[in-house]
Amino acid sequence: MRVLPRRRSREQAEGTWYPRWYWPGFALPGTLWMLVLFVLPFYVVVSIAFGTVDPVFQSPLPIYEPWWWTNRYLLEEWHFATGEFRAVELRTLVYVVLATAICLVIAYAVAYYVARFGGKRKGLFLALLIAPFFISYLMRMLSWVELLQPNGYVNDVLSFLHITPHPINWLAGVPFTVVMGLVYGYIPYMILPLYGFLDRIDQRHLEAGRDLGANPFWTFVRVTLPLSKPAILASLVIVTLPMFGDYYTNNLLSGSPKTTMFGNLLDNAMEATGQGPEAAVLVLFLVVFLMIPMLYYMRETAKAQRNQ
Amino acid sequence: MSETVSERPPVERRKEGAAPRAPSASTRTPLGWWRNPWRKPYILGAVTWMYLAWSLLPVLIAIAISFSAGRSNAAWQGFSTQWWWGHPKSDPTGALFVSPELHAALIQSLRLSFLTMFIAVPIGVAFAIGISRWRGPAPAGANFLMLFSFVIPEIIIGISMFLFFTYLLKFVHLGTGAQLLSLVTYQVSYPVIIVRARMLSIGREYEEAATDLGASPTQAVRRVLLPLLYPAILVSFVLVFADTIDDFITVRYLSGGSSTEPLSVKIYNYSRGTLTPAINAAATFLLFSTLVIAVIGVFLYRRITRGQRGQTQEMAGHLT
Repeated sequence: MRVLPRRRSREQAEGTWYPRWYWPGFALPGTLWMLVLFVLPFYVVVSIAFGTVDPVFQSPLPIYEPWWWTNRYLLEEWHFATGEFRAVELRTLVYVVLATAICLVIAYAVAYYVARFGGKRKGLFLALLIAPFFISYLMRMLSWVELLQPNGYVNDVLSFLHITPHPINWLAGVPFTVVMGLVYGYIPYMILPLYGFLDRIDQRHLEAGRDLGANPFWTFVRVTLPLSKPAILASLVIVTLPMFGDYYTNNLLSGSPKTTMFGNLLDNAMEATGQGPEAAVLVLFLVVFLMIPMLYYMRETAKAQRNQ
Repeated sequence: MSETVSERPPVERRKEGAAPRAPSASTRTPLGWWRNPWRKPYILGAVTWMYLAWSLLPVLIAIAISFSAGRSNAAWQGFSTQWWWGHPKSDPTGALFVSPELHAALIQSLRLSFLTMFIAVPIGVAFAIGISRWRGPAPAGANFLMLFSFVIPEIIIGISMFLFFTYLLKFVHLGTGAQLLSLVTYQVSYPVIIVRARMLSIGREYEEAATDLGASPTQAVRRVLLPLLYPAILVSFVLVFADTIDDFITVRYLSGGSSTEPLSVKIYNYSRGTLTPAINAAATFLLFSTLVIAVIGVFLYRRITRGQRGQTQEMAGHLT
C-alpha cells in the first residue's frame, strides 16, 4: 500500500487515463440541480425581500436586478424584529438554549453508557437508539399530544399518584411542554454522533488517567470531556439549527401565542395571504443569524470526511 | 492487613463490562458503595433505560391506540381494526384504507417517497463520486452547496421553494411536481455525505489496480468502485425513503390543494384539530412502510457484506 502514492503521481502526470470532463461529468447533474433548485430559489427570496408589492393584490413583485432593490420591507421588518417581535426572539433563544442543554446532559449520559458499558448489548442499544430515526417526527409528537391531553394517560398517572388534584391541560401553552417536546424531538440526532465519537475514544487514554491516580470522576473531567469537545460542539449545532426553524413542535404541543417561537413567525407569514415579503425578510434574518453555526458545522463535516 | 487492602484497591486492568469485584467491607455502606471505583455504572444504566423507555413507550402507546375500538385517542378501548379497514357496524368513513381522503394521501405519500428515492440517490451518488475524484476548487464549491442544503433549517427550503414556484418558475404548478423537486433538493445531500465518506475510506487504489489491469475508466467505476459503494448506496436509499415519507415541512407549503397532500401533511393538519385513532393508524402506516424498507435494506446489506464482521456497527457507522 505504501508504494502506491508514487505510482499515482506518475499516472497523473501522464494524464492519459481519464478524459478531462470525466469526473466533472459525474458531478454535473447534482451541481446543476443545486444551482437551479437551491441557489436560484434563494435568489428569488432575496429579490422578494428587496422588492415591492402589487398595490392592488398585495402580492409580492420581486425585483431581480440588484441595482433596483429597495430596502423598505427590510427596514419595516427590522423595526418589528427590534420591537414587537423581541419577546418572541428572546423566548425562542431561551427555549432553544434550555432544550439543547437538557438534550446534552441526557444524550451524553446515554451515549457514554452505551459506548463504554454497552458490552454485549451494544447492538440492541444501537438499534433502540436508531429507532427514532425511522419513526416519523410527527408520530412522536402525535403520541405526546395524545398522552398529554386532559383525559390522557399522563394526567391519569398524576392523579393516581395524587400529585395533582385535577387534570392539567398540558397542551394549552405550557412552556414546559414545548421545551420537553423540543428535547424529545431532537435528542436522537444528538445521541448518535456523540456515541459515534465516544465509541472511538481509545480506552488506553482512560486507563492512563486511572493509572496516574485520577478517580473515575476526574478521569472523565480531565480526559474524556476534553477529548469529546469537538463532538459536543458539532452535536449542539446539529440540534439547535432545526430548533430555530421549528414551528411544528410548538403548534402541535401548544398552539398558543404564549409560546410563539421564531419558526411560528415564519409559518404565520406563509399562511397569511399577501405576506410574501415578510416571510422572505424573516428567512433572510434567520439565515444571517444561523450563518456562523452553519458554517462551523459545514467545516466540521468536511473535516471529518477528509480525516476518515 | 485486610484494612489496607480495602483502602487501596489493587491496580488491575478492568475489562469492559466485567463483573464488579466481591464487595469488601467499605463498599457495604452507601458512601462506600458510592466511592467504590469498580462498581457497575448503575446510575448511568438507569438513565439510559429510562431514556429508552421515554423515547419509545409513547410511540408504542400511539400504535396500540390505532387498534382501539373506541373513538377516543386518549385511551385504549378494546381491540379492533376499525380505524384501518373500517367496521360494518360503526361509521367506516374515517378508517385509513376506506376514507377516500386518507387513501389518496397514502398513495401520494408512497409515490413521492419512491420517486424522490430513485431520483435523489443516483444524482447524489454520482455527485459524490465526481467531487471525490475531480481536482481543483470547483468541487469544493459544489460540495459547499450540498452541505449548505444539508444544514439549513428545512422551513427555509420550503419557503424559498414556494416563492420560487409561485413567482419565477410559474410553469411548475404547486402539487406533485413542485413537491418532488423540493424533496429531491432537500434529500440529495444525504447520499452525497454517506457515499463521500465511504469513497474517502476506500481510497483510489482499487480503481488504479483495475485500470492497471486494463479496465477502461467506465469499467473501473462500474465493476470495481460501484460494488464497493453498494453498502453506502443501500443505506442512502433507506434513509432517503424514511426521511421523505415523514416529511411534511417542505411538502406542506407546496401541496397547492388538499388532493396532493401526502399522509404526513394530513396527520399534521388533523393533529391540530379533531383526532381519531385513524390518524394513529396513518402514522403507524408510515412507520410500518419505513420498517419494511429498512428490513429490505438490512437484508440486502447482509447479502452484500456477507462474510464481513461487525455489520451492525458498520451500518450504524454510516448514520453517525
